[in-house]
Amino acid sequence: MRKKGKIVVGVVVAIVIVLLLVGPLSIWRWVPMLRKPAVAYKVGAIFAVTGPAAWLGTPERNTAKMIEQEVNKAGGINGHPLEIIIEDTVGDATRTVTAAKKLITKDEVLAIVGPSRSGTTMAVIPIVEEAKVPLVSCAAAESIVVPVKPWVFKTPQKDSDAAVKIYETMRERGISKTAIITATSGFGDQGRKQLKKLAPELEIEIVADETYGPDDTDMTAQLTKIKASEAQAVVNWSIVPGQVIVAKNMRQLGMKIPLFQSHGFGNIKYAQTAGEAGEGIIFPCGRLLAVDTLSDDHPQKEVLAKYKKEYEAKYEEDVSTFGGHAWDGLQLVIAALREVGPDREKIRDYLENTKNFVGTGGIFNFSPEDHSGLTKDAFEMLTVKNGKFVVLE
Amino acid sequence: MNLGDQLLQYLFTGITIGAIYGMVALGFNIIYSATGIINLAQGEFVMLGGMMMVYLTAIIKLPMVVSFFLSILIVTMIGAAFERAAIHPLKSPSVLTLIIITVAASILFKGGAMFAWGKHTFSLPPFSGEKPISVLGATILPQTLWILGIMGATVALLIFFFGFTLTGKAMRACAANRTAASLVGINVRTMVLLSFALSAGIGATAGIIITPIALMNYDRGTMLAVKGFSVAVLGGLGSNVGAVVAGFIIGIMESLGAGFISSGYKDAIALVVLLLVLFIRPSGLLGSRERAEFKKF
Repeated sequence: MRKKGKIVVGVVVAIVIVLLLVGPLSIWRWVPMLRKPAVAYKVGAIFAVTGPAAWLGTPERNTAKMIEQEVNKAGGINGHPLEIIIEDTVGDATRTVTAAKKLITKDEVLAIVGPSRSGTTMAVIPIVEEAKVPLVSCAAAESIVVPVKPWVFKTPQKDSDAAVKIYETMRERGISKTAIITATSGFGDQGRKQLKKLAPELEIEIVADETYGPDDTDMTAQLTKIKASEAQAVVNWSIVPGQVIVAKNMRQLGMKIPLFQSHGFGNIKYAQTAGEAGEGIIFPCGRLLAVDTLSDDHPQKEVLAKYKKEYEAKYEEDVSTFGGHAWDGLQLVIAALREVGPDREKIRDYLENTKNFVGTGGIFNFSPEDHSGLTKDAFEMLTVKNGKFVVLE
Repeated sequence: MNLGDQLLQYLFTGITIGAIYGMVALGFNIIYSATGIINLAQGEFVMLGGMMMVYLTAIIKLPMVVSFFLSILIVTMIGAAFERAAIHPLKSPSVLTLIIITVAASILFKGGAMFAWGKHTFSLPPFSGEKPISVLGATILPQTLWILGIMGATVALLIFFFGFTLTGKAMRACAANRTAASLVGINVRTMVLLSFALSAGIGATAGIIITPIALMNYDRGTMLAVKGFSVAVLGGLGSNVGAVVAGFIIGIMESLGAGFISSGYKDAIALVVLLLVLFIRPSGLLGSRERAEFKKF
């Protein structure tokens, strides 16, 4: 009797447990509170917070912290708090690799946003591919997503689209011969490749092709060579301080031809640093910096205005497009986590099939063939007028 | 632009770059002359000078001349404080220990500057207008002339100081042989303090006068130090005239290389020149071979 009773009790208990665990009556559905404290969703973020690209990494870090607070204040992702683990790369490839390995093996993050620079992104691609961790880079270089790597995405607009926009603007202004001057950094190098590749398609002839070191103090030698060529315009593709020095040196040499810059010029501080030499610089850029001039029915208006307002209120500094890239990357990952939960593979699949995601950089439409998600329409041509960015007319 | 005009422009560019390198190299020489060590925080003194000037003129809004001297004074004091805090307390420092301390100081200064002034790149208005001076079709900025002038004055003062004053001679004696110098009654530690203060001051001057051309951010010192150090080595460590000459050689090689061969190879060209000279004359262009043998480093 005793034995039988035990079995009966055991079976009943087992049934109750099974019922509680699965099915419509399960305690997971009925009492979500029981799961508390819910496991935090860990997302890694690798940014160049210090070092030569600190101006990229700092707004990205700030944005990540802002998003983390915001999400957790609103109750987290489906009840799970969001934990963004931020690592500083110092803009250096070796440190970036170490940081990525640490995030993957020690912190076991579900996805990584960053790195900030093209060169460092290229360095971590083999690692995330092998570990099968989704990576949403905040760097612009085309080669990050071409050819498509299954686990790698990026949020900034494509270099090639920036180059196409620049060339199209030149065509509109009757310019057919241009000089290009690029920094020998990852970003500058990729830009140079795109500029050279796309020039024939858009019937632009490159009459001078110059480079300079990312830390150089003077580019008048290269510009003198350009001045002696038949160039009707100059395209500079680099980041600070190079992009400001080129503008100043052109002014010194009395060059009157228009200066086009890459989308790396997207921070009003650069225009201010260049001073008078910065006036009239034309560059392609996301709409974030020109949000005030955007019509109210533009699909990005709401997202842009909200991000700009919140960022500027919190950090008391001007918003930059770079922080926007981190915003896009993190919001994409958060959307994926909300939908599919803590599963690296499912997050990857979700990202790859994301359509019509309104971000700061544009409207993202990813596909298995396109891990960048943006078209050239994500760019607007801006120019510097009286120390301010305005839409080019 | 014909070839002649271009050549002249390349020379001007080379002189501009060379003057910047030379000015940075001078700072290395002083501490080396007095202590026999390489101060790897020298680039940070340059950066501090430039950033301090930006801070005083753009944020505190002091007049240019006042800020100029005040910046130099402040950075000189930072240099002296660094010596008192980190170098002075050591009982019997080896050259290697001292050099490693300067590496730490460099990281500390860089971090401090980052916290104090942020990570943005700053510029300064040139001392006398931005309008380029045109010479036979080539242009040079008035600021370059300021750099050349101030560099000339600095070199002259240094030659006078090290060659003709008792303190200067005493500093050189310390570098040649510490023990012997203290035996004849030279206060070696005061001389070391003085050398750090002096080189910080010269570094700051360099930083202030190059910022209108080269721009400045918290991270820029390191790169300037690398070039400045190569120039100091090429000129012969300890030789101030050598530093200036070597600065122009590297600057002009870079600019001619960029102009006539390829801008992609300009750094390589300058480096090959540096290596060649060092193969033939390991003590540098104007360095004394005998003196080099006394040095530990």
